[in-house]
Amino acid sequence: MNSLITLPLLIPFFTAIILIFFAKNIPVQRWIATIGSVLTIIAAISLATTVYTNGIQTMNLSNWEAPFGITLVSDMLSALLVVTTSLIAFVCLLYSFKSIGKEREKYYYYPVFFFLILGVNGAFTTGDIFNMFVFFEVMLMASYVLLVLGGMKIQLRETIKYLLVNVISSALFVIAVGYLYSIVGTLNMAHISVRLHELGQSGIVTVIAVLFLIVFGIKGAIFPLYFWLPGSYYAPPAPVMALFGALLTKVGVYSITRTYTLFFTQDVGYTHELLEILSIITIVIGVIGAIAYSDVKKIIIYNIIVAVGVILFGVATLTTEALTGSIFYLIHDMIIKAALFLLIGIMIKIAGSSNLKDMGGLIHRYPGLAWTYFIAALTLGGIPPLSGFMGKVLIVRSGFEAGNYWGAGIVLLSSLFVLFSVMKIFINGFWGEAREYSQKEKQPVKWLLTAPVILTICAVLYGLGTEAIYPIISTAAETLSNPEIYIKAVLKE
Amino acid sequence: MEILMSLLIGVIFMSATYLMLSKSLLRIIVGTGLLSHGVHLLLLTMGGLKRGAAPLLGQQAEAYTDPLPQALILTAIVISFGITALFLVVAYRSYQELGTDNMELMRGKEGNE
Repeated sequence: MNSLITLPLLIPFFTAIILIFFAKNIPVQRWIATIGSVLTIIAAISLATTVYTNGIQTMNLSNWEAPFGITLVSDMLSALLVVTTSLIAFVCLLYSFKSIGKEREKYYYYPVFFFLILGVNGAFTTGDIFNMFVFFEVMLMASYVLLVLGGMKIQLRETIKYLLVNVISSALFVIAVGYLYSIVGTLNMAHISVRLHELGQSGIVTVIAVLFLIVFGIKGAIFPLYFWLPGSYYAPPAPVMALFGALLTKVGVYSITRTYTLFFTQDVGYTHELLEILSIITIVIGVIGAIAYSDVKKIIIYNIIVAVGVILFGVATLTTEALTGSIFYLIHDMIIKAALFLLIGIMIKIAGSSNLKDMGGLIHRYPGLAWTYFIAALTLGGIPPLSGFMGKVLIVRSGFEAGNYWGAGIVLLSSLFVLFSVMKIFINGFWGEAREYSQKEKQPVKWLLTAPVILTICAVLYGLGTEAIYPIISTAAETLSNPEIYIKAVLKE
Repeated sequence: MEILMSLLIGVIFMSATYLMLSKSLLRIIVGTGLLSHGVHLLLLTMGGLKRGAAPLLGQQAEAYTDPLPQALILTAIVISFGITALFLVVAYRSYQELGTDNMELMRGKEGNE
């Protein structure tokens, strides 16, 4: 049945609605949330296996033929991202049970959580550009509430900035859709692609391509548009931060990938070169931030920016191999960023501060935490048997093959600095003398630790099982580098 | 007609940008309101302003105006309405908590206080 494609959207949606009715009963909320989250994972995995065996799945809502109604499209890339999203959501949910606090739980934390998952999954599976805007808004609206929930001073202050930036970028998104509609007269993404290719190379299409890059660049934090991210991601509590860091910017990255492989492939010399330059500067900026701070949150936050740059560098190269590398790296990065945010969340809870100078010697009392962090850090750096390796190899190799020695060199060099920045946390936080907090009672962190441990195991398996996963990922990259496959699946020509 | 509308939308965007660059939070919110007006007018204009009946089949006209942009605008209006309402409430709360509406004063060292 093709309606399988709607399940990763409908399950979080109905879970959220049911949860609204049980706002004050926390145990019931937790059970419903767990069940909903597990069902989402099952639906997502069965969708992904269906897509892998039977090709791209499409569904025309209400049986309107393809360009006229809204079409949901699940190709391999979006199915994989939906699986990853559901997994991260489940793990963050487990972590939330013990860390988010009764007050927040009573005030609709879980319903909003599921609306966020609905928005992210929807943005990954939609085949209509305006519907994508709507799912963006669902996601952003939920993220505003998650960011401000609790009402601490820092949260209020940063929510205002985050809200303003996203209101502007949403307005730009609608403007971009309006311009595109006036040229091609359609909103279905496959149909837009067909019409744009009939139109051929024209100046106005390039302008719209750059406008879309600006819009999604604000969501995804690329170089001149990343300024809002370090402050905003600093404010919320750890599980929310993990959700944001793992999912929100990646939706922007996915949208750039989708539009720049499906729509705007006429004037590659301009648009993709621009994307390439911006992604390289993004890497440099992220690296500078990551090594500059001695605050654990800031270090991981700037590592998000580095990863966005690396993924988009692969997209800008636009060969099948580079796209495979980008997808590899995208999924790896979602998993490992969530794990790292949850781990530093535990560290901050133990030490009572996010400053590295207040930590130290954690390994004596929390060896499990320390070694999980160590493995996660090596994974982020891209040490060979672990998951960050394969994606970067493919990206760097195709960068060299395309003759872009500078870009590929910077990607390689960035790994070193990323590894340095996360090892700085390990060396200063876990080794050395124990600080003030050591006089306090040993905190019970077993439950909190399970969540990042699950993710780290996933990341390690993802790295070890590269051989098994490679065909799946290359199917996804095949669809991206050959838009005809996507168009045929949607328009049934 | 489209040219006139484009000029008007340009002026609205200009005012919105100016307001959003100011110090007072309320001016910024007024700016976002103007911005969304501009965006909605732009969608309407981009759909074409040719003459035709309102898109109601009961009108029995030869030509109708394009119904799609109108649906898009309706969606965008309610979304921006919801967000503006949230923004105003957040602004009110932060005025109570932080005691200022001056954006210049809303900073902390390194994001933490």
